[in-house]
Amino acid sequence: MNPSNILNVHSIETMGAFDGPGIRYVLFLQGCPFRCQYCHNRDTWDTKMNLPKTPLAIYEDYMKYKSFYKQGGITVSGGEPLLQVEALIELFKLFKSHGIHTCIDTSGASFNPQQLDKINLLMQYTDLVLLDIKHIDDEAHKVLVGASNKNVLAFANYLNSIQKDVYIRHVLIPGITGKEEALQRLRAFLDTLSNVRQIDILPYHKKGIMKWDALKYDYPLRDVEEPSKDLIYTAHDILKTCYEYKK
Amino acid sequence: MKSWDGFKGDSWKESSNVRDFIVDNYSEYVGNEAFLQGPTEASKALNEAFIDLLKQEKDNGGVLECDTEVVASITSHGPGYINKHLEKIVGLQTDKPLKRGFHPYGGIQVAVKAAEAYGYHVNDNLRHVFTEYRKTHNQGVFDVYNKEIRAVRSSGVVTGLPDAYGRGRIIGDYRRVALYGIDFLVEEKKKEKDSYTYPMTEHTIRAIEETTEQINSLIRLKELGLMYGFDISRPAETAQEAIQWLYFGYLGAVKEQNGAAMSLGRTATFLDIYIERDIQKGLLTEEEAQELVDHFILKLRMVRFARTPEYNELFTGDPTWVTEVLAGMCDDGRSFVTRTSFRYLQTLYNLGTSAEPNLTILWSEKLPENFKKFAAKVSIDTSSIQYENDDVMRVEHTDDYAIACCVSPMAIGKEMQFFGARANLAKALLYSLNGGKDEISGKQVGPKKDVIKEGVLDFDTVMANYDKTLDWLAEVYVNTLNIIHYMHDKYAYEAFEMALHDKEVKRNFATGIAGLSVVADSLSAIKYAKVTPVFDKETGLVVDFETEGDFPCYGNNDDRVDDIAIDVVNRIMSKIRTHHTYRDSVPTMSVLTITSNVVYGKKTGNTPDGRRKGAPFAPGANPMHGRDKSGALKSLLSVAKIPCESCQDGISNTFTIVPQALGKEDTLMFENAMCQDIKSENLVSILDGYFTSGGYHLNVNVLLREKLIEAMNNPLLYPNLTIRVSGYAVNFSLLTQEQQLDVIARTFHESI
Repeated sequence: MNPSNILNVHSIETMGAFDGPGIRYVLFLQGCPFRCQYCHNRDTWDTKMNLPKTPLAIYEDYMKYKSFYKQGGITVSGGEPLLQVEALIELFKLFKSHGIHTCIDTSGASFNPQQLDKINLLMQYTDLVLLDIKHIDDEAHKVLVGASNKNVLAFANYLNSIQKDVYIRHVLIPGITGKEEALQRLRAFLDTLSNVRQIDILPYHKKGIMKWDALKYDYPLRDVEEPSKDLIYTAHDILKTCYEYKK
Repeated sequence: MKSWDGFKGDSWKESSNVRDFIVDNYSEYVGNEAFLQGPTEASKALNEAFIDLLKQEKDNGGVLECDTEVVASITSHGPGYINKHLEKIVGLQTDKPLKRGFHPYGGIQVAVKAAEAYGYHVNDNLRHVFTEYRKTHNQGVFDVYNKEIRAVRSSGVVTGLPDAYGRGRIIGDYRRVALYGIDFLVEEKKKEKDSYTYPMTEHTIRAIEETTEQINSLIRLKELGLMYGFDISRPAETAQEAIQWLYFGYLGAVKEQNGAAMSLGRTATFLDIYIERDIQKGLLTEEEAQELVDHFILKLRMVRFARTPEYNELFTGDPTWVTEVLAGMCDDGRSFVTRTSFRYLQTLYNLGTSAEPNLTILWSEKLPENFKKFAAKVSIDTSSIQYENDDVMRVEHTDDYAIACCVSPMAIGKEMQFFGARANLAKALLYSLNGGKDEISGKQVGPKKDVIKEGVLDFDTVMANYDKTLDWLAEVYVNTLNIIHYMHDKYAYEAFEMALHDKEVKRNFATGIAGLSVVADSLSAIKYAKVTPVFDKETGLVVDFETEGDFPCYGNNDDRVDDIAIDVVNRIMSKIRTHHTYRDSVPTMSVLTITSNVVYGKKTGNTPDGRRKGAPFAPGANPMHGRDKSGALKSLLSVAKIPCESCQDGISNTFTIVPQALGKEDTLMFENAMCQDIKSENLVSILDGYFTSGGYHLNVNVLLREKLIEAMNNPLLYPNLTIRVSGYAVNFSLLTQEQQLDVIARTFHESI
């Protein structure tokens, strides 16, 4: 068994209805380079081996539920799936050989524009990318997730250059990503892309706090409220009005 | 003939053959719901009057009025109306809306008790006649029951027996009344009667007598029509007449019989042929068509029977199981979906949600996508419909079958069933440990054996004992049912319903089991963990269990325990098959508890799976509450493994999912409409997945636990909250608090 083909799995959700079209098998991988202050899967940060699985084992498990996934497929989320790009290539190669719809839910954090070989290969077997842009402003991004957004935006541009289908996801946090100026800059960036099929505004919620508490970590955004209806409307107006989606 | 003008085909013209008439004449509809119309002013007014009656009924303690003077029959009561000038479809069971008829043939004592429970006194003379001169079903049964049968009945190891009430679960082909008219049907039955020849065996004599009863009942239905001003001796000529004629047929059945489940059949696509003919002729608009359907459905919501409080405890929420099946596939490759299939579902919007009629969709992956999505939308909005696997049932019961009660399939007019209550398999497991003694009363109910020895339970020993107990249980159970159905045929024969059947009828002998998930988990605990029985010092009986270690639970798609459930089901069914069954009937079995899972649990002691004495079982074939922890799909797949071949009368699964787990919700109106659409599509995927995996039946509830808790605490705010419980729907506010708590304790599948 080739160890680079082993996936470090955090958990599996067999009835995912949020991460791509249809009902999906969602594989959450262990390990993330970002440190998002509002992370709702705080327990996925650590890269230590949690639950090792081979692509074949995952495929066999998927097949138990295949009759539910005819309009769906597999989504790999995390953590940050691109940290395990080699194993992911093997996994998707296997799934695509059986005609299954594949999707990656990523922040693009580990994208390196200088090393495209592996990502090019992975994209051959990937139908859809859910790209989470945390913040359009690099300084604010550093504060929010502890790293620059350069790779994220470079990844977005890369996906555009190969015209890979993308859903953009953006968590709306009052006073942080919810500032009008930030939203307008994000819109301006999205307008440069022609591969976006959907924009999902995800209103920030506090459900992740429990996991932080359980792990005895201090939750940094404890004082931030969930967005108001008005703010959600505003964000929709700014990000989505007359947006030209890829057909 | 005007009535058949424009109808195609010949094979249905010579003798009753509604199926061929439908197939020759219906137009499949593959479009979406955009054509549907809202309620007319008349429909709204009638519905308001009905809602007002419901309120009065509730304020009056659950029953608005009971007849105590007249024995219910097809012609016992003159015409009754809600508002004669507004009603497009007419006819009530008695002379007043929601007034319950007096049905003594099932058992005079029970009929009297039912009336008295609500403060009504049955006419002494009637009581005298049905005690002294005219024997009833219930008396017949108890005249023959032996000691053992009485013991299993009172301990509850066999329970819910239709020995004191009408058995129901017979569906007349009410469509025949509309298509052929009564005179044609009477002629047909007369020919049948004349076809019997010597020797006059018991079998033949009974057949001739029953046919005569059938003919008489048909003639009475004609009289009923005349009371309302209609000549139903001839076939229906318009859509309105077709619905009216068909409804008279159904009304005849519910006037004559107080059966446990009085199901309607499969009427939408049949009626669609008449509706579309009138629309094409310019006689009917869509709004008028919907109005006819709305008025018909409103009548079905008004069916009532006088029943005892014990009965209502067993079958909660005053159900009548006016089950109507929609969709399904035709043998020629088309689906049976028509515009009228949509119109029936639309009544849940036009008239509000309702437990009755029990709308049941015969699901196949091949149904038109638009219909599947609309059905899913209705489920999400109303939690009022259930689904059954058409691809499984069609093979056994032709493409013209319907569902009686919750899950029991039967070819319409060609099959009926002897309804058989349930054997409590969890209690039987305790009997096998206690040498046939009841764990609660201490009485010797089963054959006397040694109580199991002290120390950790050995799986093989337990199974060997259990197997013997099941041998005994199957024998006493089947024989009890033989007595019941003999007596029911003798004293409370369903002449009218059987008049709308063919001469040669296939009879199914429908047994049932309760407590499957308790037994599976208990045996799993014994096999995979260490279970030590705890004995009562005085009686020496096993009264509790100590369990060390983990064990797999049914409902997590884990073969280690799911295989145990499969084995138990196959075992009991194969034992049932070895016994003689009444009237050449074919034994079948269901895994179904209706709402009786609460009552059965109450009568059952502590079980090795950790369930406490008196705690409810899971309903039907469901995993135990909260033990299906690995997600919705794994829970569904465990249930889908229960083999249909051993459970030909149905495997009931009640599935509750929170709306958010079907897809995201959005604050914005426009976006939310799209989200709702996605939710419908996802529910379609779940249904497709479940049924292509071999699932049999699925009740779908889409709701939040918090909403039910709120409805329990503030019943006035939720007078019409409908939920699916186990093969049927109930108005949540009509459940006892115990049952409400049980429903709230069930697993609500959420996404992580």
